[in-house]
Amino acid sequence: MSSAPPDLSELYQQVILDHNRNPRNFKRVESANRKAEGNNPLCGDRIQLYVQLDGGGDTISDIGFQMPQGSGCAISKASASLMTEAVKGKRLRDAEEMFEAFRTMLAGGANAPGKLAAFSGVRAFPSRIKCANLAWHALHAALQGSAEPVTTESARDF
Amino acid sequence: MLDTARIRPDFPILARQENGQRLVYLDNAATSQKPRKVIDAIVHYYTFHNANVHRGAYALAVEATDAYEAARTTVARFVNAWAREGVVFTRGTTESINLVAASWGRTNVGRGDTVVVTAMDHHSNIVPWQILCQEKGATLRMVEITADGRIDLADFGRALEAKPKLVAFPYVSNSLGTVNPAAQLIKLAHAAGAVTVVDGAQSSPHLRVDVQVLDCDFYALSGHKMLAPMGSGALIAKPALLEAMPPYHGGGEMIERVWDDRSSWNKIPHKFEGGTPNVEAAVGLGAAIAYLEQLGMERVAAHEQELARIAVDRLSQIEGVTVYGPPDHRAGVVPFTYGDIHPHDLATILDKDGVCIRAGHHCTQPLMRRLGVAATARASFYIYNDLDDIDALVTAVRKAGELFGVPA
Repeated sequence: MSSAPPDLSELYQQVILDHNRNPRNFKRVESANRKAEGNNPLCGDRIQLYVQLDGGGDTISDIGFQMPQGSGCAISKASASLMTEAVKGKRLRDAEEMFEAFRTMLAGGANAPGKLAAFSGVRAFPSRIKCANLAWHALHAALQGSAEPVTTESARDF
Repeated sequence: MLDTARIRPDFPILARQENGQRLVYLDNAATSQKPRKVIDAIVHYYTFHNANVHRGAYALAVEATDAYEAARTTVARFVNAWAREGVVFTRGTTESINLVAASWGRTNVGRGDTVVVTAMDHHSNIVPWQILCQEKGATLRMVEITADGRIDLADFGRALEAKPKLVAFPYVSNSLGTVNPAAQLIKLAHAAGAVTVVDGAQSSPHLRVDVQVLDCDFYALSGHKMLAPMGSGALIAKPALLEAMPPYHGGGEMIERVWDDRSSWNKIPHKFEGGTPNVEAAVGLGAAIAYLEQLGMERVAAHEQELARIAVDRLSQIEGVTVYGPPDHRAGVVPFTYGDIHPHDLATILDKDGVCIRAGHHCTQPLMRRLGVAATARASFYIYNDLDDIDALVTAVRKAGELFGVPA
């Protein structure tokens, strides 16, 4: 049992509420050459991720995501939105490094860089960690070029 | 309404504080809390009477067997079973339905046959029939629901025109709270020549159930939603059907004689209870039923329906809140959404105030598709809930609106 109860404002930071309300890169990328679907079967969260790789397949030149109506909670939607902002224009290796940093943060490690640190509050809400990770697992799958939809149940979250 | 001030102290877990506030447990459709009498019955069983049942030649084993079989008698009385031999102990509703699908279904459903379920069924009353129909080349027909959350009787009638072998439906919907006209549906299904399976997971804890009045063929219930331990449950069936069915699990206890290459089967219900049973669960279920009978199931039902009525009324007053399910014939289940706040976020915010609700698809994805939502929030009531719990729910929902900037 933790001593001090976690505060809701730690979880729902302004940047998260903002990206939930106005998600960035909330679009289908018609020219995408990588796609992945992410599912959280426990709560029904679903994400479609579109990635366009250029520069010899090494740079994320465009990225977008869609969530079927009502199928994304604030945490999963904001996480997808901030993720797309963070990795757009980045090289694959840098994107995978961000994924690792994000995962490390949620597992109790150091904060991820930049705006991604807004999700540090999710650590105190274990039931929501999968929501924050969903988009990143989908990105990882898209970059690996795996055809199977990823689910938070088969993914390593901790 | 029930005297909750006298009931609440019977439930040790309700003394727990959540984030410094009293626990407001409104996820009873998922599982109920357990009264001291049920917890004590389990401890008492292991402290004084534990042995394997139906085997021992010594006094202790006889006591364990007596305790197990007494629980069977209690369950039989509780639902007015046709005979105590028609009560098979299972792990719960899911196993009960799987038993019917695997045993009766495999024997009686073949290529080209039809099995009917409804769009408001729980996955546990859909997936076993999907598996059966796929294996047998049979057709699974899903009956539609009306806009206000009832089984569409016109579509039910159309489904019966295919002369289905079996019709399965929930007595009470776990996602909507709808109390279905079970006796009427069963009569119609029988007239079409079908055998009927009633998912009683949500009715058994909340209504007086009389399977002989319903005249269903199979009735499945879960103990854990009605004060009893997890892993307790029963299949109640017409004995003649059980007699004619092949076994479900092979093993000890379910046999009469075992030769090198074949076996003969024990009498019902033991034919369906292969392996050492969960005696603790059966004993706990017996104690839970005794507790409920002391309150009276009519009063239990009236209490929950009143709480649901008030909760629907008060939640509906919040602008942006949509409550699902029928206006009447509703058990103590209140599903709702609030503006564009995802139910998962609602549940997290409510949890901060000690209010436990369920958020998600409630194991009813076909129903969610028809409602046009990915998920709902669901408050569900039981005998220990009171008006203070509804106050806490409504206050916490309003707070969520403020946090997410939903116009009040």
